[in-house]
Amino acid sequence: MAKTVEEDKQQKAFGWAATDPSGTLSPFYFSRRENGDEDVTLKILYCGVCHSDLHILKNDWGFTSYPIVPGHEIVGVATKVGKNVTKFKVGDRVGVGVLVGSCKTCECCQQDLENYCPRLIFTYNSHNPDGTKNYGGYSDMIVVDQRYVLLFPDNLPLDAGAPLLCAGITVYSPMKYYGMTEAGKHLGVAGLGGLGHVAVKIAKAFGLKVTVISSSAQKESEAIDRLGADSFLVSSDPAKIKSAIGSMDYIIDTVSAAHPLLPLLSLLKVNGKLVTLGLPNKPLELPVFPLVSGRKLVGGSDFGGMKETQEMLEFCAKHNIAADIELIRIDEINTAMERLAKSDVRYRFVIDVANSLSQ
Amino acid sequence: MPRLPEEEHPNKAFGWAARDSSGVLSPFKFSRRATGEKDVAFKVLYCGICHSDLHMVKNEWGTSVYPLVPGHEIVGEVTEVGNKVQNFQVGDRVGVGCLVGSCRSCGNCKDDLENYCPKTILTYGAKYYDGTTTYGGYSDTMVADEHFIVRIPDNLPLDAAAPLLCAGITVYSPLRYYGLDKPGLHIGVVGLGGLGHVAVKFAKAMGVKVTVISTSPNKEKEALENLGADSFLISRDQDQLQGASGTLDGIIDTVSAQHPVLPLLGLLKSHGKLVLVGAPEKPLELPVFPLLQGRKVVGGSLIGGLKETQEMIDFAAKHNVKPDIEVISMEYVNTAMERLAKADVKYRFVIDIGKTLKATS
Repeated sequence: MAKTVEEDKQQKAFGWAATDPSGTLSPFYFSRRENGDEDVTLKILYCGVCHSDLHILKNDWGFTSYPIVPGHEIVGVATKVGKNVTKFKVGDRVGVGVLVGSCKTCECCQQDLENYCPRLIFTYNSHNPDGTKNYGGYSDMIVVDQRYVLLFPDNLPLDAGAPLLCAGITVYSPMKYYGMTEAGKHLGVAGLGGLGHVAVKIAKAFGLKVTVISSSAQKESEAIDRLGADSFLVSSDPAKIKSAIGSMDYIIDTVSAAHPLLPLLSLLKVNGKLVTLGLPNKPLELPVFPLVSGRKLVGGSDFGGMKETQEMLEFCAKHNIAADIELIRIDEINTAMERLAKSDVRYRFVIDVANSLSQ
Repeated sequence: MPRLPEEEHPNKAFGWAARDSSGVLSPFKFSRRATGEKDVAFKVLYCGICHSDLHMVKNEWGTSVYPLVPGHEIVGEVTEVGNKVQNFQVGDRVGVGCLVGSCRSCGNCKDDLENYCPKTILTYGAKYYDGTTTYGGYSDTMVADEHFIVRIPDNLPLDAAAPLLCAGITVYSPLRYYGLDKPGLHIGVVGLGGLGHVAVKFAKAMGVKVTVISTSPNKEKEALENLGADSFLISRDQDQLQGASGTLDGIIDTVSAQHPVLPLLGLLKSHGKLVLVGAPEKPLELPVFPLLQGRKVVGGSLIGGLKETQEMIDFAAKHNVKPDIEVISMEYVNTAMERLAKADVKYRFVIDIGKTLKATS
């Protein structure tokens, strides 16, 4: 007889899961493996709510395998470390992000680019080599290979730091890769949500001039007064777009809904780069003439490798960067998801797992 | 009252022009400016036919002003130089490509990127600094500011050199800029026409492995045996595309018709680059997942600056990169345009101006 999810591994675990595309979460009993020689076990304290969690809960991308325990912005305390674990000890403040496994041998893995490994294993909605499923951080504990665990710097708060494990690295990595770190250059950040607001903070720490590009005029005062952006453009106002044509060296596009690229491309200088990070479920329209006539490029980026994620955490700790969060209890998660769908959050929900997840 | 083209400037000139959007070319008398102190004037010997010429004579981009003398792959011999010209003398073998002017003071111009200057002056169909219309190389003489003149080395035949001035630089520049010029890399070239065949030759000269990607199976033998490509893929064959998935460091896409981007992204390795040098009129569909999951890039490129154009010509001379051409007489030009519209040329027509352009009285 097939084992139930509660039995297929050795340690009991408890979390909240969705069982169908309604995406509604509710209490869920399952199990995790024993802590192996390479593993670190975390007691989970907080978990950020990423927009990808919502997409996967509702099967927006068509590859969800229910039941789903989401959550890949996981922070907590190490409660066990395997005998080969050198980087962590019991009691350490640790985190787990978007992936928990990769092949470790391909060119990408060897270059600390585990996030581009063709055999990477996501923290949730993924299968382990033994065929069992993975469950994410809306739960009480998790067991992860040490290679995929991050050490939280002392001065980085755990709750506000949790979203850095996905949102933070997702914007930091392309800034490094596409060369967007030269002080004085001009970056546009399209979309002011979980990713966008962290991008503004990190970009300012690099010494960039930052313009927020948003369809919501009411975010202007927030963007400039609180987040430190230098200016604000309402993307639906053609006159405002026109006045900023050819003014930006780069754009980080965090918008996940389908949206036109042409106005954003027009904002770029010659040789400008637009990096798209959102994952709409339809292709975008790419007007070719602006790319050709201005030697512009559109590139993608997908979170980051482990070494770079650790580097990003240290950078944020050094520059006092954490996410702006709204702390919620686990039983508020379904309401939070409804609000997230309407972008009604400044700017990341974080689940207070330790204080609200009880069986 | 506006002056006739023949009377605008002091030096008589003769060429062939399109009079309307039928695109049919016929003899045309006009004039060129007196050779200014920084100008180089030359007798035109050959002019390549670029697909852009066809778009322009038919006003497909909506910007054409008639009468239109096309031609921006122009080569010949210097006949006169202005008294401040430093780098050229009478008798030199020279060429002019797509540009005859730019602002010379913006950031792009200062970085030798005149091709990205917002005030570029195209070799034909544009307004020069003096307000007159520029006329291209389907003509007997040409005059241009020294800055926009390129020297053709002695060991490069003039007729084969002509297409380098547009097709050549258009593919050479992105191979360099996007880092697809390193020995041992593997690139794809989509479309085997004027641009595509030169891309194959440059890439091979750079030590890069080349796969030609085309819709026409009959081009395979040519690609492999004549052009030296390493392999060939039919872009409509799903099995072939699947078999080559994730093998390319970059792709130079020369196709200007609408075509799907997804299969091309699939051919790229992670961190691969798809470079578009053809410009389809309508937007392409860009599937985002493959872009993100492999940190891939889609970029564009437009001809090249003058410094890089000279570098490209010198590279071609050194490595014997010569476009494959069909030399035609001036009278054949309308037939050539019809054949070009059907891609019936291996791979560039070049007009033998020197021997076949006869001024009518």
